[in-house]
Amino acid sequence: MMRPVSKAILASIWFMILTFPVMGIKLNTVEQTVEWQFDRIILLGVAIFFLSLLWNWCFSRKGRGLPLIALPSGMGATLGRLCSLPLRDSRSRAVSLTVLLLVMLVMPLVSSFYQTNIMILALLYVMLALGLNIAVGIAGQLVLGYVAFYAVGAYAYALLNQFFGLGFWACLPVGGLLAVLFGLALGFPVLRLRGDYLAIVTLGFGEIVRLTLLNWTSLTGGSGGIKNIPGPSFFGKQLSIEDNTIFIYYLVLLAVILTIVVITRLKNSRVGLALQALREDEIACEAMGIDLARVKLSAFALSSCWAGFAGVIFAAKSTFINPASFTFMESAMILSMVVLGGMGSIVGVVIAALILILAPEYLRAFSDYRMLIFGAIMVIMMIFRPQGLVTGERRKYRINALKGEQA
Amino acid sequence: MNNLAKHDAQTTAGPRQVLVVEGLSRDFGGLRALNDLDVTINEGEIVALIGPNGAGKTTFFNCVTGIYTPTEGQIFLYDANGKKQLLNGKKPHIITSMGMARTFQNIRLFGDMTVLENVMIGRHCRTHAGIWGALTRNARTRREEQDTIDRSYALLETVNLAHLWNESARNLSYGAQRRLEIARALATEPRMLLLDEPAAGMNPHETQELEALVRDLRSRLKLSILLIEHDMGMVMSLSDRIYVMEYGSRIAYGTPEEVRSNPRVIQAYLGESDDA
Ligand SMILES: Nc1ncnc2c1ncn2[C@@H]1O[C@H](COP(=O)(O)OP(=O)(O)OP(=O)(O)O)[C@@H](O)[C@H]1O
Ligand SMILES: [Mg+2]
Repeated sequence: MMRPVSKAILASIWFMILTFPVMGIKLNTVEQTVEWQFDRIILLGVAIFFLSLLWNWCFSRKGRGLPLIALPSGMGATLGRLCSLPLRDSRSRAVSLTVLLLVMLVMPLVSSFYQTNIMILALLYVMLALGLNIAVGIAGQLVLGYVAFYAVGAYAYALLNQFFGLGFWACLPVGGLLAVLFGLALGFPVLRLRGDYLAIVTLGFGEIVRLTLLNWTSLTGGSGGIKNIPGPSFFGKQLSIEDNTIFIYYLVLLAVILTIVVITRLKNSRVGLALQALREDEIACEAMGIDLARVKLSAFALSSCWAGFAGVIFAAKSTFINPASFTFMESAMILSMVVLGGMGSIVGVVIAALILILAPEYLRAFSDYRMLIFGAIMVIMMIFRPQGLVTGERRKYRINALKGEQA
Repeated sequence: MNNLAKHDAQTTAGPRQVLVVEGLSRDFGGLRALNDLDVTINEGEIVALIGPNGAGKTTFFNCVTGIYTPTEGQIFLYDANGKKQLLNGKKPHIITSMGMARTFQNIRLFGDMTVLENVMIGRHCRTHAGIWGALTRNARTRREEQDTIDRSYALLETVNLAHLWNESARNLSYGAQRRLEIARALATEPRMLLLDEPAAGMNPHETQELEALVRDLRSRLKLSILLIEHDMGMVMSLSDRIYVMEYGSRIAYGTPEEVRSNPRVIQAYLGESDDA
């Protein structure tokens, strides 16, 4: 009992010394005096003392293999049952999915323009995170420059529209296809790389794309970006801004549903199994007859196409794009969604994407501390639940036991 | 080309060869891990490859399966029609699809996947469904998938793991993991099976079961089996022939009796490290 307390005291003293120059000294530039703010330092010390105790307590529970929050007996079980109730059997699952779908369908009709816009953004990120989940979560290829494919999609639409007058619907498949081509272009040279090396190369790739967009001023308009990108036409006619937003909302919702269906099917297929095997052991994969080059390229292609689609929709939604929307921060954000959600888990990634985009929007009061909170959440998750929110999503198989008739 | 094929095709008389290795060498920097090795395996034969630690046995497997490229020498595999095919320079997955399967000394299962899925991966090179099939889930894809599942399950029954089919592979016991590796290798429909220390870490009872399994595979599936093993009891009772290696070279070969009484073998291997 003594050790945690003395450790906490040490931590708080250390913190007080460390933050003293920033928190404790205030220069009054008008009167040219120095104000000492010892009260703030003391408060900080006390806070750190208790935080440190809490931290220690969490670790000791983790060390003994206990859950962080122990609900009183009975309550935990009831809560678990309540949570799994909507998923218990296929009927209740259908009911809860229908309810969710209805809520999503009604949402833009009852909520404000502003909220619909945020929801569009959140759904776009769901799409991006699901796409990256193929490469990182399922196939284990650490791609750090994913936002480059998003940029490819967005600029494909913006440029094709500006120079050739192509509409949204024509550009949607083109954007996806171009992103796939870029994915393959990145995939070929990195076939032999894995882990850290792959991460560094893909990081560089993301930066190259962004810098090209930034500096090729004659084509892309540089940091000024491209303005007046039209929204999608609705059976041939352009919509007003308000209607356009609602239309795009439904479009993205449909795209997300499609993405979930496609990726679920993919994950549960022969190709998906090979992708998962790739994540676990490349040598064993080869020895089992899997063509590594082909599977890796599929992973890159399948992953990047969603970013391409999302990029086209993003350009149509925001009507203005510039390279500032495609920085490494975005890639890191999307990657965080995959990691937080649980590598390879589709439900987990959707939830994580929604949380990471919606929470900052609805917690504007804390917007100054956004990155601080984000960082803290990541650290805490990595220590206490490194496998992510949702794990153990497993496919069910039907066995027709063929007794006697073997291989 | 046609002539060559005719020349290389075996006559039906005499034992049919499956794997022929001629003058195989492999260097790692200055170290010669394999030195001018000749090995021949006939159809339906169980052959053991033995030698002290570091003799180069695993390196031999890695060269034959395409994971390492040989420095010198040639490796041939006969296909089901008796046609001789050169393996040098072929990618590992091609070699596997030509009928060569292996297990690993340091078990390389897909730990996060289920036991059944591990075996299903082995079917990859015998199935065809692509991305389009995955998206549409058409009748053909579904049929192929169910076939993969059923065959994989049947293989699990062969190695006595069927009851654990939905378990994560990493949760299996050591012996069960080794058997799962064998099932996974069998799923690729090999003609030639390479087992790298399959009995390592098994208790005597499991080792006996493994022996029975290997015999069963040979007689029922007509497999040729090359096995690296340190358990001399198992090697002596199972093998038709034995190759003995030391420092990358073949120092003896022949029937278990011949090898057992060979003075060089006794000196190099059995004498000094009779159980390491
Ligand atoms: N990738 C490699 N790089 C460098 N040296 C290697 C490599 N693989 C094997 N070697 C060396 O080649 C020699 C033979 O190794 P190998 O693993 O084939 O032995 P082994 O007969 O399988 O031994 P064991 O019974 O311990 O499994 C050893 O000296 C080893 O250090
Ligand atoms: Mg070895």
